[in-house]
Amino acid sequence: MTAIEARGLRKSYGKFVALDGINLRVEEGRILGLIGPNGAGKSTALNAALGLTAFEGSLSVLGRNPWTERDSLMTDVCFIADVAVLPRWMKVSQAVDYVAGVHPRFDRAKAEALLAKTAIRPNSRVRQLSKGMVTQLHLALVMSIDARLLVLDEPTLGLDIIYRKQFYDSLLNDYFDKSRTIIVTTHQVEEIEHILTDVVFIDRGRILLDSAMDAVAERYAELMVTPENLAAARALRPIHERQVFGRGVLLFADVDRGTLSALGEVRTPSLADLFVAIVGGAAHQGAAA
Amino acid sequence: MSAPSDTFDPTIAATPPAPSHAVRPFYWSVRRELWENRSLYVAPIVAAAVVLLGFLVSMSMLSHFHKLTSLADLDSGDLAAPFGAGAVLVMLAGFIVALFYSLGALHNERRDRSILFWKSMPVSDFLTVLSKAAIPLLVMPAIVLGVVFPLHFVMLVVEMVVFAAHGLSPMALLSSLDPVARETMLIYGLITAAIWYVPVFGWLFLVSGWARRVTFLWAILPPIGLCVFEQIALGTHHIANLLGHRLFGAADAAFNSQNPGSAMHMMLTDVDPLGFIGRVDVWLGVVIGAAFFGAAVWLRRYRDPI
Repeated sequence: MTAIEARGLRKSYGKFVALDGINLRVEEGRILGLIGPNGAGKSTALNAALGLTAFEGSLSVLGRNPWTERDSLMTDVCFIADVAVLPRWMKVSQAVDYVAGVHPRFDRAKAEALLAKTAIRPNSRVRQLSKGMVTQLHLALVMSIDARLLVLDEPTLGLDIIYRKQFYDSLLNDYFDKSRTIIVTTHQVEEIEHILTDVVFIDRGRILLDSAMDAVAERYAELMVTPENLAAARALRPIHERQVFGRGVLLFADVDRGTLSALGEVRTPSLADLFVAIVGGAAHQGAAA
Repeated sequence: MSAPSDTFDPTIAATPPAPSHAVRPFYWSVRRELWENRSLYVAPIVAAAVVLLGFLVSMSMLSHFHKLTSLADLDSGDLAAPFGAGAVLVMLAGFIVALFYSLGALHNERRDRSILFWKSMPVSDFLTVLSKAAIPLLVMPAIVLGVVFPLHFVMLVVEMVVFAAHGLSPMALLSSLDPVARETMLIYGLITAAIWYVPVFGWLFLVSGWARRVTFLWAILPPIGLCVFEQIALGTHHIANLLGHRLFGAADAAFNSQNPGSAMHMMLTDVDPLGFIGRVDVWLGVVIGAAFFGAAVWLRRYRDPI
């Protein structure tokens, strides 16, 4: 089943085009990383999918139009918009009571078990918790909701690395299964790349890459070229080139690995390097044009 | 700071999906408002405490300085006055906090961005606004009753004890004060006031949901501007009269009193429910207020939340 299907999804604020007619299809049971620079349109796309903002084009989330059928959609969808959105006056126990009282798919016992593993006390108010604890609380609430689609927009913003790692491990171990779909946006690409099944690069309202992670490994290769082979490697038309310790590192798309391995050391590029090559390259062309 | 949560705990992960359980979103939404806005019940309680303290002092003065020989020493108006004043003071406290609550009802959640949390829950915008509107229109009258009833009861008991201590009949006092009639009037007054003020609270909700900043100014300046405009352009003051009538005319509309505006001296015979229900301005106000609330729902649903 398809979790999200967008066709010609467009959104503009006055003259500024936040989403420039994107097409996207996310199957159920995937973990999609939506990656792009600030102002690329990530949050706009997510807000459209969550029925928080109007859009042009067609968009279907779990078979519903999020703008016109938001109320029923919210039973199946959960999201964390930002770490700072839990009301600061609320007590931890009140947050649990409230969600249990309004959400038919909330499992109170699971939330309490998850919270028991943290240092968060039920009587604390959100304003008394550290940033990391607020995120843990929010995550414990959200992970105890049996939602079919979970959207996380920069969920680890402002957290230190230990919390960030815990966050994603917990998400993968305690929550994810094949009937659920997760969409994550983040700036810390390297921390989520091992949990993703799919990746989308987005920049200035357009999708520059939309691929399964396995396909990324098949399609893209990074070559650390020996100096004498540099000219030969460049002849294969790399999409990006950079220098590491004085040696050329060239990124290729759709070039046979056997051919490349004759010229130097070949490996699969990290998402961060691929992002720089594809999005950075596009930005370059945009600036030149 | 915390136990590492990256240790995989199979007992938690293996929990089968929670079956849908019954929910009461309206009830919990109202409770959540009371959690956030404790002044809604603290202010009326404090007002009642002030009244009670003043009353106790006056009672001790009474027993010290007056030689009470019969009820006739005090006319029934003097006896009843503290009860009426107490009720009015508690109502006033409740009314004022309800006004400020309404001004923040749909604004605070946008300012602190918690609206994104509320909107991640399966509670519709209609139900959210409905539960918030219930605070000034239903919950506050109930709180006032819940505070004034015990206040009046304690005052009555104290007064009866003082009278008995002076060898006077507490029962004569009781019939003179007629508490049943008083509390009936209180209930009637609260119900009619809630209906009367629907457009006022509706307006505050609309401003609360619409204004990005300075809600207080947006709430009061446009009406004042309209009055000033009318005064200058036409030399009349119909709008000012209309607004003044709406703000201060609740008792006039509900009670058929000889001395209008003096809630402390109203009698049960002044209660005029049929007259109230028959008034055009009452229902016009309800319709306009409902439109304001409807607009507030629309704004919360269709405008970008932050």
